[in-house]
Amino acid sequence: MANTKYASLRRKIVLNMALAAIIPLLLFAVINYVEFQSAFTRETQAPFRSMVAKTRNSFELFLTERSSTVSLVASVYSYEDLSDQRTLNRIFAVMQKEFTGFTDLALIDEQGILRAYAGPHTNLLGSDYSGQDWFQRVRRDSRYISEVFEGFRRRPHLVVAVRHTTEDGRSWIVRATLNTSQFSRLIASMNLEPEADAFLVDHAGVLQTDSRTYGKALTRAPIKVPAASYEATVVPTRDTQGRNMLLAYSYIADTDFVLMAVKPAQGYLYSWLLVRTDLLLIFIAGAIGVYLVAGRNVGLLIQRLRESDAEREEALMQMEHSQRLSSIGRLAAGVAHEINNPLAVINEKAGLLKDLMETGADFPRKDRFIKQLDDIAAAVARGRGITHRMLGFARRMEVTVEDLDVNEMVEETLLFLEKEAMYRKVSIVRELDPTLPPARCDRGQLQQVFLNVLSNALAAVCEEGRVVIRSHRRNNGFIAIAFEDNGCGMTEEIRKHIFEPFFTTKKEKGTGLGMSIIYGIVQRHGGDIEVESEPARGSTVTILLPACPNRNGEPA
Amino acid sequence: MSAPHRLLLVDDETDFIAALAERLELRGYGTLTADTGQQALDLLAHEAVDVVVIDMMMPGLSGLQTLERIRQTWPSLPVLLLSGNANQTDADEVLRHGKTAVLVKPVELKVLLEALHTLTT
Repeated sequence: MANTKYASLRRKIVLNMALAAIIPLLLFAVINYVEFQSAFTRETQAPFRSMVAKTRNSFELFLTERSSTVSLVASVYSYEDLSDQRTLNRIFAVMQKEFTGFTDLALIDEQGILRAYAGPHTNLLGSDYSGQDWFQRVRRDSRYISEVFEGFRRRPHLVVAVRHTTEDGRSWIVRATLNTSQFSRLIASMNLEPEADAFLVDHAGVLQTDSRTYGKALTRAPIKVPAASYEATVVPTRDTQGRNMLLAYSYIADTDFVLMAVKPAQGYLYSWLLVRTDLLLIFIAGAIGVYLVAGRNVGLLIQRLRESDAEREEALMQMEHSQRLSSIGRLAAGVAHEINNPLAVINEKAGLLKDLMETGADFPRKDRFIKQLDDIAAAVARGRGITHRMLGFARRMEVTVEDLDVNEMVEETLLFLEKEAMYRKVSIVRELDPTLPPARCDRGQLQQVFLNVLSNALAAVCEEGRVVIRSHRRNNGFIAIAFEDNGCGMTEEIRKHIFEPFFTTKKEKGTGLGMSIIYGIVQRHGGDIEVESEPARGSTVTILLPACPNRNGEPA
Repeated sequence: MSAPHRLLLVDDETDFIAALAERLELRGYGTLTADTGQQALDLLAHEAVDVVVIDMMMPGLSGLQTLERIRQTWPSLPVLLLSGNANQTDADEVLRHGKTAVLVKPVELKVLLEALHTLTT
């Protein structure tokens, strides 16, 4: 019960202390983790993001330049000029010379019919584009940059078309075709790592350029097009094999294009995992350290508390015990006094009667009368023996240290127990050394010690058992009084605990204090108690007391 | 001083004191008896005695108080105190006065006489 209380107290304190230390540690670790992760992410993602932003700018510049050139041609030249094959060829030649990527140049009238053409596919002349989506869009928006498509010429290309409307309401469309080789060059200029990939997709997710991982141009890429952002953005993603990747992308203004770049996150993740593992290890080590230190300190504290509780409890029990003995002592003194007075009267009356008979004349059976009076005197003497012993007991409640004949103390103690021994036919053998020096002790306390040990010995032996009391001197200046019984003995486990307070083998009959108290008494007298025991063979309890120094101050 | 001839016996237990006085007289001692400490002091004022035997526990003046009063006037008069329950403190107090002894009741007459003899020689 008490152990549970201390264990629970210990658990609570350790938990509180550990929490008090671990919570700040945990907060510190979490904040560090988050800060470190974001810094790490920023640091590792920034170059990737900026590379994508730069390439996006290149794409935008490329397309803006091309569309501005086409717009310039459409505005500067009249419909008639542009319809003139020679003029158109000349313009196209200049465009090809000044800007890379143009593969043809065409004039399309308001009805969508290709009216003039400069470039390799002259068979396109007269083609009708009125039904095509791009034609409708350029009519609506005046400027249009297509997605990449194969169209009539079966090669990936894109068109840049500009509608020009004169002040008198006439309008025409100048359309230039761009090959996508420039796109590939721009992507190649990104100098990607071997495992990385970059490509253009349209908003529908169709690849506009070849991709190392996701397939050829004009096929649908197995990748979700992220939400629109004209800023370069980096997001974690997974590739088709489920590997962790980093995806950087940016929408390209005024077009349907999205520039995307992916690279394995492994390198970045590996570094991050190392840092994270370090952080975790530091946290775990810190937590374990805190727990161990808290556990150890609280353990010591609880141990001290337990000892102090035990000491206090023992002191209380001892006090209670001595108070009880003291009341018994007072009671004994009162009873002895009450009995002694009538005994004294009987003694004197019987004595007087005997005196009178002895001094008076003879009468029949005088001897028998005198014999009866002697018997009365003997009975009085027996009564006196009892009351004097009671008084002796009462007197011993007062603590006074004196030089005592230990053998005599053994005899006195035996007076209390000899009757019990006799009834149980237990033989008590005395092997007392008559030359024993006195010991300086309190009579009552010493008797309590002997009484306790003797009672235990008597309790341990069966009927017709044997208790031997030996006293002798040891060379180390101690007097040894050994109480040996041939009783039930005890196990080593019990023997180790017999001096602990509240340890008892007598269940409800004992308080478990007897041996603890007498151990305290003997210790206070500068002595010691030795216990030898063997189950079923018996026990020997030896009380060691320092012998009184002799007159020369030498140990006896 | 030779063996006592005249004793003053003081005890409220009159049966005890009467029997004891008679036994002592049979052995040639002169005796006076008193029931209380005060009566004993009054007797002492007029009668010469060799030893006083006083019971420790009496109503009125206790044995110890009576002893103290006796000592005020007769510092060297031997006094023997009888007690039903001689406790160590009382015994020490009695012995402190000198020319005193304590015996615990009931006392064998032989022991009492030895004590008286010791006190007066």
